[in-house]
Amino acid sequence: MSDQKKTPRNNDDAAEPGGALKQAESRLQYALRDLAQSSWMITVLSIVVALVVGALLILATNPQVQATLGYFFARPADFFATSFEVIRDAYSALFRGAVYDWQAATPQRAIRPITETLVNAVPLILAGLGIAIGFRSGMLNIGGQGQIILGATCAAFIGYAFALPLGLHLLLALMGGVLGGAIWGGIAGVLKAKTGANEVIVTIMLNNIALYFLAWLLRQQWFVQTGSNQPIATPVEDSARLFGLLGTGFRLHAGIFIAIAATVFVWWLLERSTLGFEMRAIGENPEAARTAGVNVPKATALVLIIGGALCGLGGAAHLLGTEYRLAAGIAGTLGFDAITVALLGRSRPLGTFLAGLLFGGLRAGGVLMQAQTGTPIDIVLVLQSVIVLLIAAPPLVRAIFFLPSTERKKKPRRRQKPVQEAVR
Amino acid sequence: MSEQPTAPDTAAVQAEPLEQAEARLQPIRWKFPITYAVLGLLSLLVFTLLIPAGAATQFRVSTASDFITFDAINVPSFGTALSLSILQLALAGWAVYAAVHRIRLGVWHPVLFGTLFVLAFLVYAGAGRGAFIPMVTLLSGALMLSVPLIFGAMCGLVGERSGIINIAIEGQLLAGAFLAAVAASFFTSAYVGLLAAPFAGAAVGGLLVWFAVKYHVNQIIVGVVLNVLVIGLTSFFYSTVLTQNAELWNARQQLPRLSVPGLSQIPIIGPVLFNHTILVYLMYVIVAALSILVFRSRWGLRMRAVGEHPKAADTVGINVARTRVINTVLAGAIAGLGGAYFTVGQGLAFGQEMSAGQGFIALAAMILGRWNPKGALFAALLFGFSTSLGQTLSTIGTPVPSEMLLMLPYVITIFAVAGFVGRVRPPAAEGIPYIK
Amino acid sequence: MKLELRGVTKRFGDFTANDQIDLTVEPGEIHALLGENGAGKSTLMNIIYGLYSPNEGQILLDGEPVEFHGPGDAVAAGIGMVHQHFMLIPVFSVTESVMLGYEPTKAAGLVDFAEARRRVEEISARFGFDVDPEAMIEDLPVGAQQRVEIIKALSRDARVLILDEPTAVLTPQETDELISIMRQLKASGTSILFITHKLREVRAIADTISVIRRGKVVGETTPESTETELASLMVGREVSLTTQKEPASPGETALSVSGLTVVSPNGKALLDDVSLEIARGEILCIAGVDGNGQTELTEAILGIREAAAGTITLDGTDLGPKNVKQRLNSGIGFVPEDRSTDGVIAGFSITENFVLDQYDQPPYSNGVVMRQEVMRARAEEQTARFDVRLGTVDDAISTLSGGNQQKVVLARELSRDNRLLVASQPTRGVDVGSIEFIHRTLIEERERGTPCLIVSTELDEVLNLADRVAVMYRGRIIGTVPGDTDRDVLGLMMAGVPAEEARVQAAAHHTVLGEADVEAEEQA
Repeated sequence: MSDQKKTPRNNDDAAEPGGALKQAESRLQYALRDLAQSSWMITVLSIVVALVVGALLILATNPQVQATLGYFFARPADFFATSFEVIRDAYSALFRGAVYDWQAATPQRAIRPITETLVNAVPLILAGLGIAIGFRSGMLNIGGQGQIILGATCAAFIGYAFALPLGLHLLLALMGGVLGGAIWGGIAGVLKAKTGANEVIVTIMLNNIALYFLAWLLRQQWFVQTGSNQPIATPVEDSARLFGLLGTGFRLHAGIFIAIAATVFVWWLLERSTLGFEMRAIGENPEAARTAGVNVPKATALVLIIGGALCGLGGAAHLLGTEYRLAAGIAGTLGFDAITVALLGRSRPLGTFLAGLLFGGLRAGGVLMQAQTGTPIDIVLVLQSVIVLLIAAPPLVRAIFFLPSTERKKKPRRRQKPVQEAVR
Repeated sequence: MSEQPTAPDTAAVQAEPLEQAEARLQPIRWKFPITYAVLGLLSLLVFTLLIPAGAATQFRVSTASDFITFDAINVPSFGTALSLSILQLALAGWAVYAAVHRIRLGVWHPVLFGTLFVLAFLVYAGAGRGAFIPMVTLLSGALMLSVPLIFGAMCGLVGERSGIINIAIEGQLLAGAFLAAVAASFFTSAYVGLLAAPFAGAAVGGLLVWFAVKYHVNQIIVGVVLNVLVIGLTSFFYSTVLTQNAELWNARQQLPRLSVPGLSQIPIIGPVLFNHTILVYLMYVIVAALSILVFRSRWGLRMRAVGEHPKAADTVGINVARTRVINTVLAGAIAGLGGAYFTVGQGLAFGQEMSAGQGFIALAAMILGRWNPKGALFAALLFGFSTSLGQTLSTIGTPVPSEMLLMLPYVITIFAVAGFVGRVRPPAAEGIPYIK
Repeated sequence: MKLELRGVTKRFGDFTANDQIDLTVEPGEIHALLGENGAGKSTLMNIIYGLYSPNEGQILLDGEPVEFHGPGDAVAAGIGMVHQHFMLIPVFSVTESVMLGYEPTKAAGLVDFAEARRRVEEISARFGFDVDPEAMIEDLPVGAQQRVEIIKALSRDARVLILDEPTAVLTPQETDELISIMRQLKASGTSILFITHKLREVRAIADTISVIRRGKVVGETTPESTETELASLMVGREVSLTTQKEPASPGETALSVSGLTVVSPNGKALLDDVSLEIARGEILCIAGVDGNGQTELTEAILGIREAAAGTITLDGTDLGPKNVKQRLNSGIGFVPEDRSTDGVIAGFSITENFVLDQYDQPPYSNGVVMRQEVMRARAEEQTARFDVRLGTVDDAISTLSGGNQQKVVLARELSRDNRLLVASQPTRGVDVGSIEFIHRTLIEERERGTPCLIVSTELDEVLNLADRVAVMYRGRIIGTVPGDTDRDVLGLMMAGVPAEEARVQAAAHHTVLGEADVEAEEQA
């Protein structure tokens, strides 16, 4: 019998490890483009829905509201009045904690919330940009968490283990953070480039490895240099700290300038540079990029190295500007928050910046809300994830608000569409 | 039919030289022989030569409560480690021979090698410590620790075989743990918790597949976000309702241990495999059922068709969307059941983020097991073993940091997806929304 | 069984894919549906097969109106379909593929493999197919896969069989076998609806021909119509099927490939000791069935694939040590086989696609930053020259039709001084109007003295363009023959028969299509 194989292309697919996920990746591009095309309105409506969901959660767990439910049929008005008060108190605390506190004792304390929002936004923006670069280049970097941990770890160690002049010390510590993140992202990048290992899996695994690696480091005396058994390192030297901008009482530090600069840099990189062209090309269609002479493995590795570097910088800025001491929980949920930031920002630099501000604000406001109304800050995670789920599914948002579908809006695009595509 | 020579006939003339060419071009695969040789040498140079002279290692192969008890086994460390290392090197040599002659070795080869390597390590770790290495505790602990991994891996497998990538296993485990604790506490019955847990997992699975199938949202993104959502929700309820009235909502309940009569009395195997809660026996049933059903049932055949080539399935009248929805929800229920292990399975109250990354190890086990129930089972057991080993060693005190052992599953998985452990080939259509 | 369509209409948004289609397939008839790419043939088939539901109109089987909610309903009603892209799962066995969706089961939902296997064997025996029920689909040659598809349809008692572009992947000789199977089925009373865009085939096989254009049936005719008549019916205007060209005047040898071998990662020889030469001002066409090493040859020349052995020299320079970018910059124009995967980036603008393989070269960039204005201006100028119908060059290229996208690719590759042009399937998925334009452009490029390597699986295209033809079979060049070689000879060579033997065999026995060729020539 003939042993002529179907097509050689099939053999190739089979031989490439993780090859089947490739298609899923190019699907990512369509998904992200859809995101980009959905309007501002969808974003606003998603936030509204998330706030409603949050309100329901608050009501469901509030003892006062539960009490009024006990005699709901006797006096329903009580239930509604109490509910309204509870929600109003919670969300006004959220707003006052994030933007402007009109109940504060001093004008200084009144404007402090907005600076807290900026403080929280710095690592979110930086790491979000790192994730966004990956998304634009067709790579799902789930490894923000690990890259942030490595960035913070390197920055911290340089920050307290060496005595260096002001300025230089800070610069070196930041560079250390960049390097740490770049290495951690680079592992995934180089493995993907060389062996085709799926970056989703590798970065998830690297997150957990980073966690245990840090736990191990914090048990080593040569590393923590504290002389105690506590798994927490020495605070970084003053010379390595990101200096405060507004004096005592404020935590706002120079990291915000780094975040702004990084946003501009990422825009330039993606939209104006040849490297960015290559990165976007491999994201949209790696085969075509390869045929056009792009060194795909190199560009792939670079995407994750640069993305990792930005996440690492985020970790470093968080440590050198806010935390000062390295501990096991240094990254908190920053890595996953960064993914939601990049998604809400539609992987565009400016969008990511604004999304970082929004989620930074939720975080800052969540603190005040917890302190004043006892609503746990965990609700911020719920708000964040509901917002992102909804903006990813515009038809769902439209259905919730009984809005017409976008058929009319799409018309001009359709008309130009080639016959085959419309039919497919 | 036409009488003239057809393509296949003429092809036969050509076939021979081409096949010769292929044999000539087939590269020798050095990866495995080299890996074995390196590990064998590690065993010889580290595990053997670093053993202090005259040291002995003691293994305990039964516990006091066992039906039949044995005395501890006492072996001379150096001699045992040396012979184990030599056996490993012999296997490595065999692998070299097989590679050069392009002979395929069966699964037994790596399994045997791995067992020898681990034994050599145990001999080294316990050498001259005066403490026993508790084999039964080590192995039954490994099985217990594997429970959520195995449930999670089976969940991932059923989902991905239907074409839905599930990164939300972590969230499903956590949701299962939460609902199991709350339901068990409220009804003061661990079994009610066990019944409730699958619903939590299924709900997360339902959300995943709803966004994936109806709105074509990237499945990896939905999975990641759902994890955040579940952490947020469970932590929120934990900090409010569960803390406000812990007696009512978060009191500890434990599934009782059920010994299987007869089987549990077999030495070593009995206490390791047949002296557990009903959750473990359910796990046996699910793994056994899946390893048959996935490949030999109508349900399995259709599931695989949908995951490999949904359009082909559609053209023979299989409802792709429905198959994906049902299977992902079902898979979520399996993971939710696994989540019950963290609370009612261990007799613990619910704690924030108590699944602690196990869902990702489950994902890893599924990949390492190549989307195959038996393979995933084996990989999950391996991961459970490495954790159990870490716990055992930290009690008897060893030079290996426990963090390294805890990292091991993740490192192995990276090696696996990077192609160092053979070819990994996921279902062809996973992650791709099916749009007619 | 008699299949009737009455006023079937299908719209996607405000695009009408099928417009008031009326069609009748008589029992035991082979009915051809002829139309260009994108004319609406596939949509119609998917409606008949229950994959789409029509907005208007009716389907009738033996006079009874039916309504399908999915392929399951269509199959139950006796409709079988062999899709152009086979609906087979590569990792399934033949038995599993055939039974899928209709599995015989034992207790507990377990599949009765023995019973399923018996059914496959029974149908194979009835039609004389040689198919191993245990073989994996991915290990089977295309012809055998097609037979599995036919078994699949017959195992469900199909009495109307739809074949969608069934010959696209077959050699003329394999096509002959298919034709004999079709006639066997017809004799047993099965109605066959046969979809194609190949004029020659319908004339050779069909009893009745319906022509579809822009979603409408524009005529029903018989095989007695001439090819030119069919073509103008299909396209809607007079078309010239052959492009006029002067005989080549080859200059000195430009490209020389010798002993080129490419090996797949699992050790299979994809290209085996291939040698060829192309002179300046000459078109060498590579003919062959898809998947016989043509892709690997072009990719090895561009440097996407690593050669295990052999050399490639262009104008005396060894290309071996150069990477893809260096080869492109040294003057290789490359039109990839699959436009949508390799040729364009769908989400990028027309401008970005226009500079796709020169984005970091002057004048478009200084190597670090791209010059937006220069890119835009050049893209506007060249797309106009190549008659690309577009809105603005800032639109995404996916807004263009396939033919216009291909023209953008050609504009990109031909708007610089080439020392070699490599074009694979330059007219695949392109409408007839654009095909004429593209063929003329390619011949002009030859006239300018560029050596051209053109890969095509369409024998019509090969015969139209080639000065010389090299036929590839299983990674080897089976022979190189002059451009005016007989279709049957090329067909036999495509099945692995050496040139000399092929000539002898072809002289003794014409294929159905070969005879149609002779006929067509006599008419002309």
